[in-house]
Amino acid sequence: MTPLLEVVDVRKSYGDRVVLDDVTLSVQPHDVVCLIGSSGSGKSTLLRCLNLLEDIDDGVIRFEGHEISDPRVDPREVRQRMGMVFQAYNLFPHLSVLDNCTLAPRRVHGLSRRAAEDRARELLTTFGLSEHVDKHPDRLSGGQQQRAALVRALCTQPQLLLLDEITAALDPELTGEVLGIVRDLADRGTTMVLATHEMSFAREVATTVCFLSEGRILEQGPPAEIFTAPREERTRQFLRRVLPQ
Amino acid sequence: MTEPWVPSLRELERRRVRRQQRARSILVSSLAIALVFAGLATVVVSSPGWDRFQATFFDWHHAKESFPEIRDGFWLNVKLFLICEVAILVLGLAVALARTARSPLLAPFRVLAVGYVDLFRGVPTVLLILMLGFGVPALNLQGLTDDRYVWAGVALVLSYGAYVAEVFRAGIDSIHPSQVASAEALALSRAQTLRFVVVPQAVRRVAPPLLNDFISLQKDTALVSVVAVFDAVFAARDYTGYTFNYTPYVVVSVFFIAITIPLARFTDWLGRRALERERAGAR
Repeated sequence: MTPLLEVVDVRKSYGDRVVLDDVTLSVQPHDVVCLIGSSGSGKSTLLRCLNLLEDIDDGVIRFEGHEISDPRVDPREVRQRMGMVFQAYNLFPHLSVLDNCTLAPRRVHGLSRRAAEDRARELLTTFGLSEHVDKHPDRLSGGQQQRAALVRALCTQPQLLLLDEITAALDPELTGEVLGIVRDLADRGTTMVLATHEMSFAREVATTVCFLSEGRILEQGPPAEIFTAPREERTRQFLRRVLPQ
Repeated sequence: MTEPWVPSLRELERRRVRRQQRARSILVSSLAIALVFAGLATVVVSSPGWDRFQATFFDWHHAKESFPEIRDGFWLNVKLFLICEVAILVLGLAVALARTARSPLLAPFRVLAVGYVDLFRGVPTVLLILMLGFGVPALNLQGLTDDRYVWAGVALVLSYGAYVAEVFRAGIDSIHPSQVASAEALALSRAQTLRFVVVPQAVRRVAPPLLNDFISLQKDTALVSVVAVFDAVFAARDYTGYTFNYTPYVVVSVFFIAITIPLARFTDWLGRRALERERAGAR
């Protein structure tokens, strides 16, 4: 089976500071890949590179069999098939939740208002936001905002969903609420790459866990392997610190 | 820990493509610029009245002749502009702050500020200059100057103060309430919150529209010529009155442009620098 996403030897630096170094990763359809590692290890940068928000300095990124790291590729074509959710939600404050969710489907994907709103309402209802449809994002709690942001990304029916520490700004209860939804998505076969600090979630939902340190993927494998028998000393150190014993 | 990084062949190829794309876009933009400007020049030069137009508006002799008077007059415009600008900034900010004041004691100032803005934004600047420039000296008030130049300046300050106050107010209103909340959580007083948190951010945000108003002010200093102040425009009009040649007007325009363009670039630069500092890496 050809992988949905293939990252080969990707390098990214800001001036002299190398933030991604020889990153190689392969994502099959229906995979859930969790990127773990301390802050500044390059998790977010990797996600931003995948979405072409940042140009890479070397290596190749292939998506659906095509190289998307080619400068001749129109990033907007790629982003139409890839969704991204940010840590700080990044909802548009001047639009209602519904309008946030229908903006791209209507303006980019050419759906009619009717069709876009039907789809958005359905997803918002599934995610327990039916009574907040016409509210503006600032009226919602953090958890609700993040769920709305997830719906906004899902409304364009992406082949791949990138989640950048989407629960980092939420309290444990709201975190559980949002992760429950991500778990549902995983169960329904959504392909995802997510940066996360939620180790128990990663252990439970991930098909592959990647441990990043100083811009390198030090170790990757199924969660059972990484969490119980990590190969690298650096991984063991990290897990000792973040996992409750 | 490993050998130093050498770009892969793929990366070198990619760089070549990026260079090509950049070169192509520069070429296209240069061609587009050349085409549009050549087209415009052809239309103007080939117009039937071009020769006469050139003689009345672009006459080198008249330009040289009128230059010294205009230069001296323009110095007056510049002085007026510099003094008014400072006064307008102070007045505008004071009025904006008065409008956002919450304290009941300051209520009269709030009413005054609203009334001032409503009134002075509504009256055409040229009427204000005429009324103050000719009106106040006619009152023969003790202790007040009857210099028309001064009163024309006061009229400009009052008129532009009202606009600038609204620009400042828009900037203050645009600062997110969470900023006020976090300042108050640090036990800053309302005045301190404004002084150290809200106003500095607001001023940065409204710098471009403020500059817009100042360029406009710079040009409107030409309006003082209506009360017979010998500024650059008055000098030019004086000259054309004798010679029936309009070249001096072009000379005055060049003087104004020579000041506004560098000012605009300077503000662009200031704004860019502030953005780079505050949003480093954030997208």
